[in-house]
Amino acid sequence: MSVKHALLALLEQEPMYGYQLRAEFEQRTGTTWPLNVGQVYTTLTRLERDGLALAESEDAEGHVIYRITDAGRVEVATWFTTPVARTQPPRDELAIKLALAVTVPGVDVGTVIQQQRSATMHALQDYTRLKRRATGSEPAELAWSLVLDSLVFAAEAEIRWLDHCESRLRRAAIERAAPTSAPTSTPTSAPAAANERSHR
Amino acid sequence: MSAVLELTDVTRVHGEGPAAVQALRAVSFRAHAGELVAVMGPSGSGKSTLLTLAGGLDRPTDGRVVVEGVELGALGNDERARMRRTSIGYVFQGFNLIPALTAAENVALSRELDGVAARTARAEARRVLEEVGIGDLADRFPDDMSGGQQQRVAIARAVVGERRLILADEPTGALDTETGEEILRLLRARCDAGAAGVLVTHEARHAAWADRVVFLRDGRVVDETGAESVDLLTEPAAR
Repeated sequence: MSVKHALLALLEQEPMYGYQLRAEFEQRTGTTWPLNVGQVYTTLTRLERDGLALAESEDAEGHVIYRITDAGRVEVATWFTTPVARTQPPRDELAIKLALAVTVPGVDVGTVIQQQRSATMHALQDYTRLKRRATGSEPAELAWSLVLDSLVFAAEAEIRWLDHCESRLRRAAIERAAPTSAPTSTPTSAPAAANERSHR
Repeated sequence: MSAVLELTDVTRVHGEGPAAVQALRAVSFRAHAGELVAVMGPSGSGKSTLLTLAGGLDRPTDGRVVVEGVELGALGNDERARMRRTSIGYVFQGFNLIPALTAAENVALSRELDGVAARTARAEARRVLEEVGIGDLADRFPDDMSGGQQQRVAIARAVVGERRLILADEPTGALDTETGEEILRLLRARCDAGAAGVLVTHEARHAAWADRVVFLRDGRVVDETGAESVDLLTEPAAR
């Protein structure tokens, strides 16, 4: 995550000192991605070095107030208008774990999938609970609610992917067991599906 | 907490002999007052069968289905129908409203069938429509309403007369994301107010509104997530 750009974007609102920046950041994003104040000051030092922000003055309590420069404004504008790169997906432990579970002998892949689905479902329930309470339309509350939506959609996508893995594995197992017959269904699953539909 | 709905070792077999299909296999399941339980599973996992048994629309091959302390299997057809009208409310994906009746008449119908005077039943219906946010649409016909509004009427119909068990089968399936979420919010609110709800869905995002999520596979309960929070994250402190 680009702490540098997030802090610059906040400074564009108004000059602030380190603790203020952290508080403003967390008001918008919750504590989903906690920032420690040391990280904030290191980043501010770097922003100053690169000419994107200026340590301007000290307030009465001795806080060093930072202000964005013109170059900093250009940097923020570029950040907002440039899509986040998707060329190098972050290493996904779950995808790697499943890829290995499928190939390593003796691993019960079905259990791996179900345990993960339960854990992700649990997280999704937590996000949804928080979302139910975040109903305000003030910008900061809306920002937090949208961050929650992002977590909700990601968790949902993971569960859908797990469902997909499970059905592909089942189909593959059936095909391996009966390589010559029609690879469509087991004797039980098709009538059960038809039956469930007929109750609708 | 008392269980409003209790399934004990319920098995449902459709057909006989080699063609027999086990839709549910010894499933035990409970929904308590104040609780919304989601049931998830792929097509054919038995989730709709579970709902039709819970609602007294079908009888189990084996096991017990108890609603508010009454075993449905022990009731005759008339008594079971009465139980369905007074204790159990349904919400379907396709809304299932009667097109020739207004919103208020749709909601009042089961109460009138149950012997409540028409005037009283309609007044009740209007009050519940008010509660689900569409009091001003009470005299509209379903065809003149949006999908979200029709589903609100269906929810009003499911809860009128203080029914304590709400069974919802993919209630948001035909709605867009935001409208679907409003429907879940309503369902959730009814459960928070003391009803027991069972929500059948294949969408994780919708199941996440429930206190518990039960996973079905091939007619069996394979897993269940509880309600306790894992404190993955907290809300922003500064408000």
